[in-house]
Amino acid sequence: MALITFREERCKGCRLCTTVCPKNLVVMSGQINDMGYHPASVLEMEKCTGCALCAMICPDLVIEVQREVKAV
Amino acid sequence: MRKVFSRPVSLKDVPFHYCPGCNHGIAHRLIAEVIDELNIQDNTIGVAPVGCSVFTMDYFDIDMFQASHGRAPAVATGIKRVLPDRVVFTYQGDGDLAAIGTGEFVHAAARGENITLIFINNAVYGMTGGQMAPTTLIGQKTKTSPQGRKHEVNGYPIKVCEMLPPLEGTAYVARVAVHKPKSIIQAKKAIKKAFEVQIKGLGFSLVEVLSACPTNWGLSPIEAVTWLEENMIPYYPLGEFKTPTAGVI
Ligand SMILES: Cc1ncc(C[n+]2csc(CCOP(=O)(O)OP(=O)(O)O)c2C)c(N)n1
Ligand code: SF4
Repeated sequence: MALITFREERCKGCRLCTTVCPKNLVVMSGQINDMGYHPASVLEMEKCTGCALCAMICPDLVIEVQREVKAV
Repeated sequence: MRKVFSRPVSLKDVPFHYCPGCNHGIAHRLIAEVIDELNIQDNTIGVAPVGCSVFTMDYFDIDMFQASHGRAPAVATGIKRVLPDRVVFTYQGDGDLAAIGTGEFVHAAARGENITLIFINNAVYGMTGGQMAPTTLIGQKTKTSPQGRKHEVNGYPIKVCEMLPPLEGTAYVARVAVHKPKSIIQAKKAIKKAFEVQIKGLGFSLVEVLSACPTNWGLSPIEAVTWLEENMIPYYPLGEFKTPTAGVI
């Protein structure tokens, strides 16, 4: 189980995150943010594994990732 | 659920002014993550360049100094010699470091100054509108090489990492890229190593970061990272060019 959140107001719509998701879950929203860009979003959150590759490539630190971490 | 990815503490919570898809932001984040992990936020001083990253002092939540164009290694030298217990790094573009600042970085390396240079190579002058840089590739079109760079006229691109190892003062020299997650992980390891080399007092360290400038390459951010992979990496191979004697780090 994972939850990723996008600070949509910080997204510049560069789309780099859409290219690295192994499950192709990241899509550009139809909305336009205050800067005039289509922000990235994830619609099918239940399929997200929390691998954080999208967050890793984001140049603007838009994405935060939470994940169920097994107790050791 | 636990946070597995969030903004590093050493990066202020303000938006970057960089263009969409500019790789400067990724390099900033990696440096801040390394500062957090090494627990040196209160002890680190950064020196900003002239170039698109001139405003880095607004982004890193550490002490920063803004140097004249190309002079960051000289300023960092002064800071480190007066405050040797601080971790001192410069953040410089290829116009700043490899053109107007060539004398500075070469002599800082030759002197073996115990500082770290983070060298952002995007093969172009970003801030001033995309003129040819010393690192511009042969054939690459820029504002000042509209037919593509020609070696007969413009000489050959400078390979900074290949130049430095013979200088005895250099302890750690590596070239990384930040255009895809696998490279980003490697890039962070190299930046961390460079800082650790400095903390151990082993000498001069430099990490060259191949970085996309979609705006001045005239490409979309996605096309730009592909261009970097296909054109920059073959000319500027990634890897460690010099490391301290085995076992020291
Ligand atoms: C003494 C001096 N000469 C020239 C300039 C003009 N200038 C500003 S930034 C720059 C080059 C920036 O390119 P780079 O270092 O590659 O950084 P980028 O903007 O690509 O990140 C130049 C030539 C200046 N500001 N000062
Ligand atoms: S001009 Fe290039 S280096 Fe400068 S902010 Fe834009 S993309 Fe980044």
